[in-house]
Amino acid sequence: MTRESLEDLEVNLLLEAVHGHYGYDFRQYVRASIKRRLWRRAWLEGVETISALQDRILHEPTCMDRLVVDLAVNVTSMFRDPGFYRAFRDKVIPMLRTYPFIRIWNAGCSSGEETYSLAIMLEEAGLYDRARIYATDINDNVLHRAREGLFPLDKMRDYTANYLQAGGVREFSSYYEADSTGARVRRSLGRNIVFAQHNLASDRSFNEFHAIVCRNVLIYFDRNLQDRVHDLFFDSLVTFGALALGEKESIRFTRHVAAYEELDPGQRLYRKVV
Amino acid sequence: MVPAAQRAEGAPCDLVVVGCSWGGTRALATILEQLPEDAGTPLAVVQHRGPGVTDIALPQFLRRRCPIPVEEAEDKTPIEPGRVFLAPADYHLLVDGSCFALSTEEPVNHSRPSVDVLFETAADSYGPRLVAVVLTGANQDGAAGLRKVKEAGGRTIVQDPDEAERRAMPEAALHTGAVDEVLSLAGIAARLRSLIGRHGRGP
Repeated sequence: MTRESLEDLEVNLLLEAVHGHYGYDFRQYVRASIKRRLWRRAWLEGVETISALQDRILHEPTCMDRLVVDLAVNVTSMFRDPGFYRAFRDKVIPMLRTYPFIRIWNAGCSSGEETYSLAIMLEEAGLYDRARIYATDINDNVLHRAREGLFPLDKMRDYTANYLQAGGVREFSSYYEADSTGARVRRSLGRNIVFAQHNLASDRSFNEFHAIVCRNVLIYFDRNLQDRVHDLFFDSLVTFGALALGEKESIRFTRHVAAYEELDPGQRLYRKVV
Repeated sequence: MVPAAQRAEGAPCDLVVVGCSWGGTRALATILEQLPEDAGTPLAVVQHRGPGVTDIALPQFLRRRCPIPVEEAEDKTPIEPGRVFLAPADYHLLVDGSCFALSTEEPVNHSRPSVDVLFETAADSYGPRLVAVVLTGANQDGAAGLRKVKEAGGRTIVQDPDEAERRAMPEAALHTGAVDEVLSLAGIAARLRSLIGRHGRGP
């Protein structure tokens, strides 16, 4: 047996063990990316093999916590890709305006930067009081941070620049309060957000939505899991509901390509047409 | 791991990965414009670029100069022969079996995209059927990945540091001791022309 296939076997066993013991299902995540992150975790833990890492993960829950942080990539920022938010305001907000009550699903919300950005968009469009944003993530720890709405102060300069590029019309600083612990998003901005744990790999749809925003989440999933999640999104969207993906994501390689039309050619904004 | 001795000289090459940074655009163009329009092998390229820049300038520049088709890789783009796939700005480009994957994981060697990430994942999927090329650059990215390519039985080529616009990156690669050939840009272009004639088979 070559070393490559032994390594693959160890990775498979570890992912099965993690699923069986902790319920987290990373088995259909992009394998190339999972392997790199497992080896990085092994190195940080000071163990030599993936099997040794598995042993530690099963017997030390705190090691599992660290692994979840590694595997669920949480890189995000407020108004990341300002062009997307401009397109959302121009193309999606007018559609949302036609509904008496608006439900938006922010899937894979991480620590909430994107969720609060969406809330700001709705607030400035005068729609926030009849809207609810359901923001979900697999990881309870990041959801806790998201509910707190506390972000590093040194990020606010970048976020302000993003907000202005996205066409923001107010003082960005009016949305948060700065103190020694960081920049805390104003309570009122969270008033219509529900943060909840949801696992795209195993959980079902929980409502019907007028827009689903899921950016740079599906890139970590393999084709089969992407198909599953696209089924979930398709089932969860109203007809003419909007689907927002990340800048380099596409429905081109999924089986739902015919069910959507492009709302904006440059941005990955789609509308369900069936 | 496949020992180098087991790898037949002139083994078929099913993917070429290229990493470059400072001075890379010119170096890339010099190589790519000498490749045929109908190459039998795909190429994947990481050229370091500034974050947040929706930089369509690089693919456009290369498209104007090179007969071989050039495109930015998207998530799950199939790795098809005869095309050059560029890592998009601010994403890592990974090889995952028969298609590409993207990631916004933290930068590696202060870089996203990182050459190491491309090389390591490509080595994992393609093993001895991979050729890796490190070109000009002012950092160390690519050296660790090149070592992985060599360990997996692939072929490794580095631009002659004396000719490179910035010598740090090719020198760091050379220091790994895992380099098969040190060539000029003209030499690299000639070598790739002879390697990529055969039709790619996928991983």
